Formats: sequence, C-alpha cells, structure tokens
Amino acid sequence: MYHYNDFDKAFLAERNRQFRAQVERRVAGNLTEDEFKPLRLMNGLYLQLHAYMLRVAIPYGTLSSAQMDKLALLADKWDKGYGHFTTRQNIQYNWPKLTDVPDMLDALGEVGMHAIQTSGNTIRNVTADHFAGAAADEIEDPRPLAELIRQWSTDHPEFQFMGRKFKIAVSGAAADRAVLKAHDLAVRIVKNDAGVVGYQVLVGGGLGRTPMIGKVLHDFLPRGDLLPFIEATVSVWNQIGRRDNKYKARIKITVHEHGLEDIRARVDERYAQIRPTFTGVDQALFADIQNHFAAPAFRNAPTVEFDSAYEANPLFRSWVDTNLAAHRIDGYAIVTVSLKKQGDTPGDATSEQMRTLAQIARDFGHDELRISHEQNVILPHVHKSDLPAVYAALRDVDLHAANIGLISDIIACPGMDYCALATARSIPVAQQIATRFDELKLEHDIGHLQIKISGCINACGHHHVGHIGILGLDRAGVENYQITLGGDATWDAAIGERAGPGFAYDEIVPAIERLVNGYLELRDSPAETFLAAYRRLGLAPFKAYLYPEAQDAKVRANAA
Amino acid sequence: MPRAFTPKVVTANALIEGDVIYLTANNGWTRDLPQAELLTDEAHAQLRLLEAEQQVGEIVGAYLADAVASGNGPEPTHFREDFRRTGPSNYFHGKQAVGQ
Repeated sequence: MYHYNDFDKAFLAERNRQFRAQVERRVAGNLTEDEFKPLRLMNGLYLQLHAYMLRVAIPYGTLSSAQMDKLALLADKWDKGYGHFTTRQNIQYNWPKLTDVPDMLDALGEVGMHAIQTSGNTIRNVTADHFAGAAADEIEDPRPLAELIRQWSTDHPEFQFMGRKFKIAVSGAAADRAVLKAHDLAVRIVKNDAGVVGYQVLVGGGLGRTPMIGKVLHDFLPRGDLLPFIEATVSVWNQIGRRDNKYKARIKITVHEHGLEDIRARVDERYAQIRPTFTGVDQALFADIQNHFAAPAFRNAPTVEFDSAYEANPLFRSWVDTNLAAHRIDGYAIVTVSLKKQGDTPGDATSEQMRTLAQIARDFGHDELRISHEQNVILPHVHKSDLPAVYAALRDVDLHAANIGLISDIIACPGMDYCALATARSIPVAQQIATRFDELKLEHDIGHLQIKISGCINACGHHHVGHIGILGLDRAGVENYQITLGGDATWDAAIGERAGPGFAYDEIVPAIERLVNGYLELRDSPAETFLAAYRRLGLAPFKAYLYPEAQDAKVRANAA
Repeated sequence: MPRAFTPKVVTANALIEGDVIYLTANNGWTRDLPQAELLTDEAHAQLRLLEAEQQVGEIVGAYLADAVASGNGPEPTHFREDFRRTGPSNYFHGKQAVGQ
C-alpha cells in the first residue's frame, strides 16, 4: 500500500485549507455559486437532487483497514450511516452539509485519502483490476503504475481545465477485470516474446451517449517511456479535442473523427518533443512507489479447517464456489464480498459493515481491501484456513450473499433516487430484479449473467457492456427502460444491441423475467452462459420472449 | 403559436443543507411543497425567479418547475419533482422522513 510522505501530506493539508476558506467565503456571501461551483467540484462536492454529495476517490480501489474505518466514521458522523461504492472505485456520501465537508476532507487526509479530481474536466481517479497483486493470471501488480499516474495527474497544471473529463484504467493480468476498453486511456501490462515486461496502451474507449471500444494506440512501450507517452496523448487531445460541443469532447470522438493513425502520428510528434524532459525522476519515483507495494508475508499452512467446513456446511460451500477467485499463492484465495444482497441497494455498505470488513482485513486479510467497479468489496489475500471464520464474520453483518457474477450481482448507478443528471431510477429496478430471481430460486441455475443498469444516457451503470443492459429514460414524462443485449465488459468487449421499444417502470422486471426464461429454454446446455447463447443465436429468438405481443401479431398475420 | 404557459413553482436547493426548497408568496423559502407559491402568470413567474436568484446567500440553482393546483396546494406534474419533494425510494431518507 502506498503511504503518504511529507510532501503528499503537506499538499493535501494545503488543498483542504484552501477549500475550507472557499466554503467560508461562499457562506459569507463573498463568492457567488458560479464562482464557487468549479471550486467545490474540484474537491469532489456535487449538489444532487436531495442534498450535496461528496465523492471520495479510492485510488485503484485499494484500501487499508484504517482507511475503511475512516470511511465508516464519515458515514456515522456526517452522513446517514452508510456510503455508496461506485463503478469507478469511489465512495459517495449522499447527505453531507456544505459546512461539514471541510471537516470530512480533513478526516480523510488523516488516512491519506482525498476527493481531488473526482469531478471536473480533469484526469479522474485512476482505476485498476480489483484483484491486483493477488490474481493468479497476473504478470505484474498494476498498482505502483496506477499510483505513479495518480501522482503525475494530481494537480497537473496542463490538465486542470480540459475540454472534458479523462478516465484512465490499468491492469496487469491476462483477463481484463477493469473494463479497459471503456476508458479514455488504458494501460495493460504485457510481456513480450523476450520475456520483457512493457505496456500496451489503449485509447478512445468510453460509454455514455456514444459508446466506443478502445483501440490499441501502442503495442509495447518500455517502462521508462510510459508516462511521457500518456502525457503526450492527453496533451494532443487537450489541444485538438472539441470544445464546441460537450457531447463530442471526449477523446473517443477525437479518435473517431481524426482516425487512429492521425492521432498516433500526433502523439508520436508530441512525444518526441516532451520525452527529453522526462529525465528519469519519474522512474526513480516509480522504484520508490514499488517498494510500498511489496507483497505481504504469505504463510504456508494446512487448509484442514477449510476442507472440513466445505464438506460440512452447504451454505459455506455455495459461498466458496461463487465468491472466491484463484490466488497466485497456494493455500490462499481472493474473496469477493457481495454488496448485492438481494433487495439491497447495489454498492451500499453501512458503517457497521465497513468496520466489520476492516476488522476482517486486519485479522485475516493482511490489512488489505479492494473496491471493484462492480461495486463489491474484495479481500485480496485470505488464507483458506481462515475462510470459515471470515464467512462467519461476514454473516454477522449480512454480507454473505453468494451471488458474485450471478443475476443479482447487478451494477446500478444511483439514478434518479439521488443523481441530478438522471432521467429515471435505477436502484429500485435492480432491487426488484434481484428479489424476483431470488424468489424463483433460479439464480444458480441461470449461472453467469451480468445485468448493468444506468439511469441516464451517461452510462455510469455501464449498461452498454452488460450481458443485459438497462437504460432508464424519460419518455414524455414517464420512466421508460430500454434493454440492450450482448454487451461484454471483458477483453472481448462488445457494445450491447438495442432489443426494441422500451418498457414502463412496472413492465421492466416482468420483461427481464421473460427474457431470462427464454434463455433457459434456448441454451444448448447449462454450461452455455447467457452471453454465449446470445452470440450463438443472435437477437431474434430473445426478442420473441421480450415482445410476445409482437410475436402473436406476426403469427396472426401469417395465419390470415 | 407559442406553447401555453403552465403553472410553476420556484424551487432550489438550500445552500448549507442542500435539500429541496420552494419559494413562498412572502419571499421566504419552505421545505414543504404545499406551502409554495403557485405561479400562474408567465411574466410574474419570470420575475419571481429573478427575485429568488438574488438570494445567493441562501439558495443554489433556482428554477421554475411545473406544478398544478390541488386542494392541498401545488402538486408536481413530473416524476422528477415528485421524487424531489419526497426523497429517495431505496431508503426512508430525505423529506419523507422529516417529522417521523
């Protein structure tokens, strides 16, 4: 884990002092809202439907137990006892008072956390594979690189007032768990034929109004060249990206309009200019950062407790089979703690749950926690012999749902229950779908199926890359939900295809139920996932289940 | 032909708490939609919005929201305003919890 040095602490304290003074000036009437708004957004403070919202960055999704405890304290002291983990590895507090926010930021500063650049047209929180440092398929832990990018991008003078926001993700594993291809820029740690580790850079991905899959801008960059290459890329876009229309301002549009070759030529030119200015300081810093991320002292112990609990307790067995992933060390497991108990709000955790997770991390998890873009919490390093105790502790606070990757493990943005931009609600749709399939006891039979729900076209809920995507819209003053099918958030990324006309609020859950029942009839075996069946069969047979009336009409027309 | 004016209320968020407030006929702010001033004349509505916007020390983001008269004062016509006057649907928080 990265620990702040004196420079980091002083920088953060100064930023927080400035913001405290800005809030005081706003309250005293010396700043108008137009003057204050960019200042508060720079510090992650939004104004939403019912209250302010403070978005706190969890850089590359990594938390220590002390940081998790502090998040719980903020929830209790200045909010309503809970926090909402987002699809970009942030946590949002939905109810702070303006005048409390400087104290909240100071409290976060005590554990090396902040809300800087969680809003505004800046480089946002750098996200990473939530299994970083633990996954069996990893080439290298991507977090030192993510931390280097965080330090480089924080308060970078060239990138504080760009045409639009800029999102970066990094991963060091074979499988993509960080939705790399939906980011403005993504770095993938790769190894070439000679066994040398380097970086593949993708550019121009993004969801929102105009979804695009990221493209490879550079196949293999040596370690020392990455930061100047990223700087060159952001710099090129910052100059030629469109500022006339905010919907065409993201780099995906710039790449689309200019073409990848043109962008590559411009980046190369800019890179040639700035490369000499990177004298190696960044690499010295990187080496120092790497030391912070030394692997914990893994232990070598028997797993008999695990084996006997697995045999004896079917609930434990179900949880193990569903929520665990392969760790790179024998005898260890990666635990994904579901924040998706059927009927609960996806991504929400109470302060009590946060404190329990912190305690579990201290007792059994080498003091590490992760937040995934799928809005769950990960204990990346748990020895298998400790799993029965971890499961029991999670059960005590209702965090033992065994549903990772299943139909109730839904990504949902806050939607119109909180967000000022939303056009419809997301949360109750997610709650109802999860509850319904739990009642039907079909979840495990259905198998791997990702539903992702956004409450507006900006697609924070990643609906384009859901196997089933749901987009909530306002159609003539009524909530209306569009369904897309066949999206994929992995390295085989795909944008889902729109199925047809939207559904009203009270029609969307029955429509999903028909669709999923249809899949169960259409699949060639229980091993064929929804996505695989969709790829084999295409949209048409699924559409028949979604729109049975249209099907009936067609049959009648043919009969006539 | 320009679209006919529909009745409005002036609404905003409170500067400190950030919660939803409505302009009253006596130039104050209420957290309770039935207490809001219903504006049925377009010119008057624009004037009231300007007057509201001048209260920068108390409010943020004033705008005119559609509303209709009812036996219990103004009622929202759009679901967004209905949620704003109620609170979120996943927790009993916000206005719906006040006084409980």
